[in-house]
Amino acid sequence: MKRTIKLKVNGTTYERAVEPRTLLVHFLRDELGLTGTHIGCDTTQCGACTVIINGQSLKSCTAFAVQMDGAEVLTIEGLAKGEELHPIQTGFWEEHGLQCGFCTPGMILTSYELLQRNPNPTEAEIRKGLEGNLCRCTGYQNIVKAVQHAAQQINNAATESKASPVEAAKVP
Amino acid sequence: MIPSLFDYFAPSTLDETLLLLDQYGEDGKILAGGHSLIPAMRLRLAQPEKIIDIGALRPQLSYIKQNDNNIVIGAMTSYYEIETSTLLKETWPVLPEATSLIGDTQIRNWGTIGGSLVHADPSSDLPAVLLALGAELVLQSKAGGERLVPIEEFFVHIMTTSIEPNELLIEIRIPKPQGQKASYVKLANKASHYAVVGAAVVVSLNQGIIREIKIAFSGLAATPLRAEGVEEALKGQLPNDAIIAAACKECAAEVDALTDLHGSQEYRRAMAEVYAKRAIKAAISRNLSLIRL
Repeated sequence: MKRTIKLKVNGTTYERAVEPRTLLVHFLRDELGLTGTHIGCDTTQCGACTVIINGQSLKSCTAFAVQMDGAEVLTIEGLAKGEELHPIQTGFWEEHGLQCGFCTPGMILTSYELLQRNPNPTEAEIRKGLEGNLCRCTGYQNIVKAVQHAAQQINNAATESKASPVEAAKVP
Repeated sequence: MIPSLFDYFAPSTLDETLLLLDQYGEDGKILAGGHSLIPAMRLRLAQPEKIIDIGALRPQLSYIKQNDNNIVIGAMTSYYEIETSTLLKETWPVLPEATSLIGDTQIRNWGTIGGSLVHADPSSDLPAVLLALGAELVLQSKAGGERLVPIEEFFVHIMTTSIEPNELLIEIRIPKPQGQKASYVKLANKASHYAVVGAAVVVSLNQGIIREIKIAFSGLAATPLRAEGVEEALKGQLPNDAIIAAACKECAAEVDALTDLHGSQEYRRAMAEVYAKRAIKAAISRNLSLIRL
């Protein structure tokens, strides 16, 4: 029996009837058409399907859509402000933090949570923070540089606007 | 893969949950963080007919606090909350340390301490740590009210515990440290970070002599397991490398160790000895550094 849920995704409220066994990742892709969230391993390992739920990263293959009733969801599509990329996206662009791009949405959203929790991470903290996201192309070196680039940009912007780096990088 | 069909319930109170468990406990599963259950359902290793989603109880069952005798942790407390808890870092830092080795960032956001215990995966970390710490579990049911179970009596077999179908695990109680120090080290599977073998040690020293010691293994056998022979051999000793090595020698030789693609029985027995030694030394050096202060 379908169940009606109401949730906010990238600032837009959706109300949909879903079968309880529908995984969140399938709901986002097939029901809402948000195909930026990728399905990689389907076994909670690769992190390509990572999204942010109420500020916390989640592998969206490992939750049912019905559990998200009332939640606020951020996917890769919600990160840029129109044409203006989020500093983490800019970091991946500038530092060549991707080749094929399959892992990138998950990498970026996990990095988003990492920088919200710790705006000045060390290299070791970045590597530990991204341990749940697998990349099979770049070997992580440029991904780490991309996150460092983003942290630097966010901190610079925060200093200029006299805001905290957490607020400066936060997506409303 | 897509899980098989199930009926979904989302109770909003503990009473409602216990009522549903009373009715459907035999065919149903509790969905908390979902990070053990959903992977099993996706592979159709688990096909529960009823799912009771207790997400709404999270505010009520997610806490870390202390009373006179115990550190008490709500069953729905996430790994992330344990990993970052100031109270735990000050009392039993082994819990945040062991928790930081579980899975990855995303998994630690959602996985819960109660889910880990009830799921009873032999390769899970916290069951062994909590066994060494001598935890007590608070189970609640509509018919029986609260039932207190020592963790020694909780694990029955692989993924099987002594919880009744109508019961919900609501709280974990851990005696406050009284001079003991603890450690947990593990040989982790490279992909999943599950323990191939892990060892948890809780030790107290009196002028350098081991007064009390508890050692528990994860990953080694069907349930978390105490190494009582090693504990006996070390009690009353002034420990050094040779004494620790002698006490641990072939300590898992008689254990009915697991065997699977991550490690043969023989390999797990050998690693149990290695990791027991490492964990004992780590816990003792923590004690000694305290004495030197």
